[in-house]
Amino acid sequence: MKKTDALIIGAGPTGLFTAHQLKLIGLDCEIVDNLDKIGGQCIELYPDKPIYDIPAITECTGEELTNNLINQLKPFDIKFHLNDRVNEVKKENNNWIVKTNNGKIFSTPNVIIAGGVGSFEPRKFGPKECEKFENKSLFYSVKDKKIFEGKIVSIFGGGDSALDWAVELSKNSKVNLIHRRDEFRGAESTVNKVKELAKSGKINFLTKYQLDKANGSNQLESIDIKHDNGEIKNLKTDYVLGFFGLIMHLGPIANWGLNIDKKKIEVDTEKFETNQKGIYAVGDICNYPGKLKLILSGFHEGALAARACFKLARPNEKYRFEFTTTSTNLLKRLGKKN
Amino acid sequence: MPKITYITHDNQNYTIDVQNGLTVMEGAIQNDIPGIDADCGGGMACATCHVYVKEEWFDKLSKKEDGEEDMLDMAFEPKKNSRLSCQLVVSDEIDGLIVNIPSKQG
Repeated sequence: MKKTDALIIGAGPTGLFTAHQLKLIGLDCEIVDNLDKIGGQCIELYPDKPIYDIPAITECTGEELTNNLINQLKPFDIKFHLNDRVNEVKKENNNWIVKTNNGKIFSTPNVIIAGGVGSFEPRKFGPKECEKFENKSLFYSVKDKKIFEGKIVSIFGGGDSALDWAVELSKNSKVNLIHRRDEFRGAESTVNKVKELAKSGKINFLTKYQLDKANGSNQLESIDIKHDNGEIKNLKTDYVLGFFGLIMHLGPIANWGLNIDKKKIEVDTEKFETNQKGIYAVGDICNYPGKLKLILSGFHEGALAARACFKLARPNEKYRFEFTTTSTNLLKRLGKKN
Repeated sequence: MPKITYITHDNQNYTIDVQNGLTVMEGAIQNDIPGIDADCGGGMACATCHVYVKEEWFDKLSKKEDGEEDMLDMAFEPKKNSRLSCQLVVSDEIDGLIVNIPSKQG
């Protein structure tokens, strides 16, 4: 079990700056995020889109903002747990016991939820029966490409993931690439490659089709795909891969006994604490009268939640407010003074 | 004020007055219409404000910008008449618009 003064859920801009504030006032913290990279929505949804309302930064992209926040954390030693989703939060004496889907366990007096709109998960196929084939013959990501060797693989999607895997798997498998329209949003060079492979018969290229049905009792046997004009085609297939990007789901957070209204967690505006003592919510996921869904609001909320954490993590000490311009303590923590 | 009608997948009708200049998505969010999530808040970055629009309205609506069709690739059960409601700006021109909300957003 890992002990820490505060556990942050979510490595988006709000989670990162909250970590900065915690470390600055002398508390330990660790960060858990379901994504495989740091940055949250900024990285997943709009890495290239410019943002114009971060104070004192005229213009920056989601990726630049993330990199700047990571750089700002350089003086500190912060442990990130990526690809890890918090499943369970339970009270034990005065601490929260937090468990992740990979079996990591934390014990902490403070949990700060900086979870945006929840955790990112793959978007799934519409037809209901797809669920029973999931993780057996139907996947939303590739973990081991060897299983596809010599098999028929039907890939759905029009972005880089779908195109890249179609090219890669066509070397050793029979590939159907199916997309809902003629245009692809993936890189032009990959689109051209796919089209060449289609011409030489290496990829069976089907556009204006979408998945209509997955057939088979236990084992997937074939799929029905439906054309825009209503025509249905049956394709024999061993595997199906769907690449439709990610969507945010509130997920397990809904089961932690917090007051939630319309997917937002209710907090006070002094500590950004929820109805559970020692659990805070900051950034897009929290709600209070006047809440603005801006990154700058997340920074403010994180800074205040961090001060509230101090009381529970150091019950016998008194928090002292200090400025980074003048405080020897803070400058030491920032590595600016010996 | 233009009236916009939202029809949910289980056939509940909501006819709402939406101010000119707001988007069809904003009209839904401000009036708690179920089935439109708008996770990204109107940035054309999430495809969770997906609606179906009857073809007769297509010419009156603002044209799809680059990127809207790309996002619709990720929407739940996209069709030819799919639009992102965050991209539909309300004006007197589209007074009476009817949009159908899919059974889910993802």
